[in-house]
Amino acid sequence: MSVSSKVDPDLGARLDELRDTYGDTVQVEEVVEVVDSLLSTMKGDVTSADMELYNELESLAEYIHSAKAEIAQLRPDDVKEKYLSSASDELDAIVEATADATNNIMDATEIVEEVMAGLEPEISDKLMEATTKIYEACTFQDITGQRITKVVNALKHIEEKIDALVDAFGSEIDKFKAENPDPVEDGPKEITDEDLLEGPQLEGQGRSQEDIDALLASFD
Amino acid sequence: MAVNPNMPILIVDDYKTMLRIIRNLLRQLGFTNIDEATDGSQALQKLRQANFDLIISDWNMEPMTGLQLLREVRADAKLKHIPFIMVTAESKSENVIAAKEAGVSNYIVKPFNAETLKGKMVSVIGDF
Repeated sequence: MSVSSKVDPDLGARLDELRDTYGDTVQVEEVVEVVDSLLSTMKGDVTSADMELYNELESLAEYIHSAKAEIAQLRPDDVKEKYLSSASDELDAIVEATADATNNIMDATEIVEEVMAGLEPEISDKLMEATTKIYEACTFQDITGQRITKVVNALKHIEEKIDALVDAFGSEIDKFKAENPDPVEDGPKEITDEDLLEGPQLEGQGRSQEDIDALLASFD
Repeated sequence: MAVNPNMPILIVDDYKTMLRIIRNLLRQLGFTNIDEATDGSQALQKLRQANFDLIISDWNMEPMTGLQLLREVRADAKLKHIPFIMVTAESKSENVIAAKEAGVSNYIVKPFNAETLKGKMVSVIGDF
């Protein structure tokens, strides 16, 4: 669609040219270029409608600049690397741990069932009833596993959106990172009480009981 | 006609733990001739290699789902007579309707108990 008839014909023609070049959807990175290009071609007297349009475009460009800077400060790359991937790993660990626990419960229950065979019918029946209830209760693992899988898929979706955000604002994020270096990267920092509260460690990340015993013994 | 406790039953689920739970519950109900598959395609392969009198299958599996397995079974002249019980966490009406339209014999929602399992089995294979 061509620009409004309120706009000066020359300016309208220039806007149509820009639309041919960039299309109706202008990328965030290209907005400043489009505005500059438009302003640089302005000659002669301008009408009040033209001025209104220029002002709108300028304020739009400023708004986008400011939004880019604010989004960069949110460090979407950091959210993805530090928190989302860690959340997925923690959820996977939950599924693994509950599966292990369920299998251990069933190992023990199967042993009870084996022993039941040689017992009085009255006792055996009671134990049978109890073991059935244990098996029924163990179905929770399948349900929680499926629910957690849904959450992991939701996190993956968010991760994809953040990837797109990081791609769109990559240069702004790099600029912000350069201006505001991560304090950890500056050198060792003092460990706070809060730093010591991370909850259970993932497989291979924490110390084993043997390591801890050895570490404690090293103080003696 | 009395149900033969030695009847061959195929249980299908991608969660090994769930297979173990169903196998144990079936054993407690007196059924011991049980084979397992971890998805629809493996189940179909087993169904075409040996005779089974009952299929108890999960829905949400890859690469072949329980619903696809059900459709394959019902489309196969040699298998279509086998009772098929769906055991799944999918509890929306549209799921039950789709399973019914595909020819499911009965439908159990997870989590379930032994009494429900027995009741649904009785409804499709007779009392035991």
